[in-house]
Amino acid sequence: MHIKPEQKERHTLSVTVDNEAGVLARIAGMFTARGYNIESLTVADITEDEKISRITIVTSGTPSVIEQVVSQLDRLVPVHKVVDLTELGPHVERELALVKVAGIGDHRIEALRLAEVYRARVIDATISSFVFEVTGGSDKIDKFIELMREVGLIEVARTGVVAIARGKEAV
Amino acid sequence: MASERTGADILIEALTDLGVEVVFGYPGGAVLPIYDALFKQKRIRHILVRQEGGAAHAAEGYARSTGKPGVVLVTSGPGATNAVTGITDALMDSIPIVVITGQVPTSLIGTDAFQECDTIGITRHCTKHNYLVKDPAELGAIVHEAFHIATSGRPGPVLIDLPKDVQVASASYRKPGNPARHSYRPQVKADPGLIEAAVEMLAAAERPILYTGGGVINSGPGASQILRELARITGAPVTSTLMGLGAFPASSPQWIGMLGMHGTYEANMAMHGADLIVALGSRFDDRVTGRLDAFSPGSKKIHVDIDRSSHNKNVRVDLPIVGDVGRAMEDMVKLWKARQHQPQNLKPWWTRIDEWRDRKSLSYPESVKEIMPQHAIRRLWEATHARKPIITTEVGQHQMWAAQHFDFEAPNKWLTSGGLGTMGYGLPAAIGAQVGNPNALVIDIAGEASILMNIQEMSTATQYRLPVKVFILNNEYMGMVRQWQDLTYGGRYSESYSEALPDFVKLAEAYGWTGLRIEDPADLDAGIAAMLDAPGPVMVDCRVAKLANCFPMIPSGAAHTEMILQANEVSGEMDDEAKALV
Repeated sequence: MHIKPEQKERHTLSVTVDNEAGVLARIAGMFTARGYNIESLTVADITEDEKISRITIVTSGTPSVIEQVVSQLDRLVPVHKVVDLTELGPHVERELALVKVAGIGDHRIEALRLAEVYRARVIDATISSFVFEVTGGSDKIDKFIELMREVGLIEVARTGVVAIARGKEAV
Repeated sequence: MASERTGADILIEALTDLGVEVVFGYPGGAVLPIYDALFKQKRIRHILVRQEGGAAHAAEGYARSTGKPGVVLVTSGPGATNAVTGITDALMDSIPIVVITGQVPTSLIGTDAFQECDTIGITRHCTKHNYLVKDPAELGAIVHEAFHIATSGRPGPVLIDLPKDVQVASASYRKPGNPARHSYRPQVKADPGLIEAAVEMLAAAERPILYTGGGVINSGPGASQILRELARITGAPVTSTLMGLGAFPASSPQWIGMLGMHGTYEANMAMHGADLIVALGSRFDDRVTGRLDAFSPGSKKIHVDIDRSSHNKNVRVDLPIVGDVGRAMEDMVKLWKARQHQPQNLKPWWTRIDEWRDRKSLSYPESVKEIMPQHAIRRLWEATHARKPIITTEVGQHQMWAAQHFDFEAPNKWLTSGGLGTMGYGLPAAIGAQVGNPNALVIDIAGEASILMNIQEMSTATQYRLPVKVFILNNEYMGMVRQWQDLTYGGRYSESYSEALPDFVKLAEAYGWTGLRIEDPADLDAGIAAMLDAPGPVMVDCRVAKLANCFPMIPSGAAHTEMILQANEVSGEMDDEAKALV
């Protein structure tokens, strides 16, 4: 007997929660307990009183799994609202990456030139290294990192995706 | 400003304000301040169990039989981990319990202190919600919120972890007004548009079926009443899950029995052949649906559930309705009457159902030499049903036979571990039910293997003079395991024989109970009568046919139409796909 593969979709969810101890563990644990995927998860408080946090989760699964993910999140006691941004329609997704490149000579010049093309900023420099800050969609960051591999990439830190719906309405 | 008191006193005060009359628990180092506070008051009664797992099941039994939340009080570390099975059981079966666990002082949390465990981490996914209280000033509000969450929406277990220093430290307490928190607002009233659609679908159905579950019982006694009305006006047959038994009276001609793996032929065939399934507080569990791609292929499906995540989880439905099932049925009945609907001609449908009924799927081979377990349960029912007993069970063949052969007329009388399938549930649940219903006849229908899993609770019944009756169908096997080994593994009985059993009669006597043994079918009725006549707790060792199996049965992964009706249809070995199914 063999395990059968399934058709998966990628969805970006925005989850607003009470900013209390254990809320992240509750959410992350729900994914592992039910066998769902987390491709990216970001969290920060978003209100002045620091009582509400917004979590952006990128998940993948069959359409029925995605539907379950949304309702399973929604039934958690500290969860206020779950919005499936992918389902909702047009939205923007951004990620920030810090990319460290080490090298001298031509590699160094090429790295700087590529950084300019990708509108990456140099935020730290030594005689033999740069740290670039780059923002954009995940694809753009993937590509930038891929290119940097050729010119001395030694370290990457990424924030994961944050996302918001287009237009004047708030979710 | 109210005067200050200790965290332990605040806890007792808050529990009292919430109407708590009884707590099931076991003391230990990290809850000593609470036990001292309990000692100094008279409003809350404490039932001392013999192991914390017993406390959780007793609280479940109390909750299920009374409709009130059950309360558990245990210490940190092993106290909490022992309670985890019962907490998970309550989560799976949507039973409202509140569990208070002691914890090491906040300054010691994370240091691997004596009897420390990460109770919050361990129980995060087997509770509906849990709390670590770090400030006694927050304790009162948390206790009130915990009860609100445990009992509202889809009920379930809520845990409060209380470090010892928080129990000792002082703060003020005032009974909070409205405990509802902004992020938790279960939808009770169903969308009227969806109710209207449901009523129209019901009125148009030619082969409708009401498929009810534990949610009807959780919704309160009113829901069971309105279910009867809904069935009456629509004329539809009614089937139920294991958890929903009693919501609809078994004596009604519209009752077609439990459905699912060990359900009746007529219930499963009716689900398969229906053109409309109305799922009411049930959740399309794998034990109910059988093979999903063959589940009721020709029907439209309406699903009323207060938990949105139950919709489309296992089976895609045409009309998901979020709301309290009792309220939703009430709305449906009102609208049906307002529109003066008449059901379609259901005669052809009932004719088919009656044909399925005629197969008499619950029949079993009779014997004069040995006691057939099904017969024993039927005789137990005959002898007791007039007294409207509360029945608890352990888990296994005896549980399924009880579900099949003991008829229920009212809700809150049938207490069984459905979702988690916890062996050892029945005795402590019976104790909890007896505490909550002192004058009721409470019987645990047990197996000889399951009963040993929480046998220590006999001592609890003795201490509080609880006259529970334990009726053991003793076949010297873990019967359901052996049955699966018969069906799937060529009869290789790997570790399923109950070796070295105790003498249950002597065991009963050792605990101060009455012990009885029934071995001959001719003595069955007299034995049952002796059990009922004996005052105080009684344990009956009823020796039944050793190799009887529970039928009918839909083998795991099979369709409703592939039901095994009798033992001689059973094949001895199954393929890997079948073996991988639970």
